[in-house]
Amino acid sequence: MNAIDWDLVRSSLGPLFGGLVTGTLPLTAATFALGLVIAVVVALMRLSGNWLVSAPARAYVSVIRGTPLLLQLFIVFFGLPSLGITLDPWPSAIIALSLNVGAYASEAVRGAILAVPRGQWEAAMTVGMGRVTTLRRVVLPQAARIAVPSLSNTLISLVKDTSLVSVILVTELLRKAQEIAAPSFAFFTLYGVAAVYYWVVCLVLSFGQTRLETKLSRHVAV
Amino acid sequence: MSAPLLEARGLVKSFGDNRVLRGIDVTVPAGSVTCLIGPSGSGKTTVLRSLNGLEMPEAGTVRIGDVQLDCGSRPDARAVARLRGQSGMVFQAHNLFPHLTVLDNVTSGPVFAQGRSKAEAREEARALLERVGLADKADSYPVQLSGGQQQRVGIARALATKPKVVLFDEPTSALDPELVGEVLRVMQSLAAEGWTMVVVTHEMRFARQVADQVLFLDGGVVVEQGPPSEVLVEPREARTRQFLQRLLDPL
Repeated sequence: MNAIDWDLVRSSLGPLFGGLVTGTLPLTAATFALGLVIAVVVALMRLSGNWLVSAPARAYVSVIRGTPLLLQLFIVFFGLPSLGITLDPWPSAIIALSLNVGAYASEAVRGAILAVPRGQWEAAMTVGMGRVTTLRRVVLPQAARIAVPSLSNTLISLVKDTSLVSVILVTELLRKAQEIAAPSFAFFTLYGVAAVYYWVVCLVLSFGQTRLETKLSRHVAV
Repeated sequence: MSAPLLEARGLVKSFGDNRVLRGIDVTVPAGSVTCLIGPSGSGKTTVLRSLNGLEMPEAGTVRIGDVQLDCGSRPDARAVARLRGQSGMVFQAHNLFPHLTVLDNVTSGPVFAQGRSKAEAREEARALLERVGLADKADSYPVQLSGGQQQRVGIARALATKPKVVLFDEPTSALDPELVGEVLRVMQSLAAEGWTMVVVTHEMRFARQVADQVLFLDGGVVVEQGPPSEVLVEPREARTRQFLQRLLDPL
């Protein structure tokens, strides 16, 4: 039995790499960046003492975490047109994934903000900083360090979750593999190559996480 | 005679059912050193934190310079910030910003809060670090310093905003005994320079030598106050005597 067609592996490496760098990676980068912005805003909303501000944030997190990502993708791409909003695959993918990442990351950010000792707020306030300045100059820089491990987790999950957008016709790594495999039914070979690509990307990210943690913890007492 | 620089009247504060302040008055003349002493739970730290709005009493007024806060009127954040701007604070656990260098810690108030020019703030911060004996540590991070050095940076940071009063919350209580002296010496020299200071402390020798007045608190009231030569040497109240006795002879 010859499950792996090595010539096909060689000839597909290039096109699949294309799917990775033109699809998976930019989609990951864009949605992670947007998701982080959403996460910080939502985390701050949830920490607000005002119920009218915190309740919508809590509802958003609850709905996103309580429904499948695939369904969220379908609602944006197939569902919104019936409300008169028709989006192309790429914008649909970016919107759905960003909203999803934002909800998960907001919990990590919220926890990290809460983990910054109260004395840091007090010290900032006694030198005259207001809430916004304290957040920006004192709390968020320290929360960023605390949030790195769980945000890295979110990012690594996101790399693989981007494969779901293949079902709404965004050409990324998985869809590229499907396209190449379909004529010859060489699914094992092509999916195998795609899996290796995903794995390598995640390995690199894990390595980056370790580097970042070391860098950010250099001024912190052990 | 002009009005004292700091005046707190009738401070009342509860945490749940626990009434920690039961009507406290504090009067601090400009250029003087006031030490608050008393057993733990006596309310001395709560008094200090009420002077800059880190705690908000249910009743009473606090005035520093020409800024007055009526605590009972549920003052908004801006009013509290205005009062807070009149003082600087040194914390028991120093609370330095760990992600900033020593120099950036000291300039944090002037630059981030007061919006002053970075160059000018840095120049003044270097002078303050020189003042507390840490000119060579400007580019270090707090974690690289000893406890005594960290606390001296905390003092420099509190002075950098040019406060009218400096509040010290047990500045040496978290330090190893051999590091206490270097912090107290800096505080003593600040007092000699004429800084107005309110100090919560257990260091009776410091209070004896440096304070102009000592307030002994117990159970949320000022039991006795006066110059250290009276309160610490010939206390009138039995509770004060008992407290001092326990400090001298813990066993």
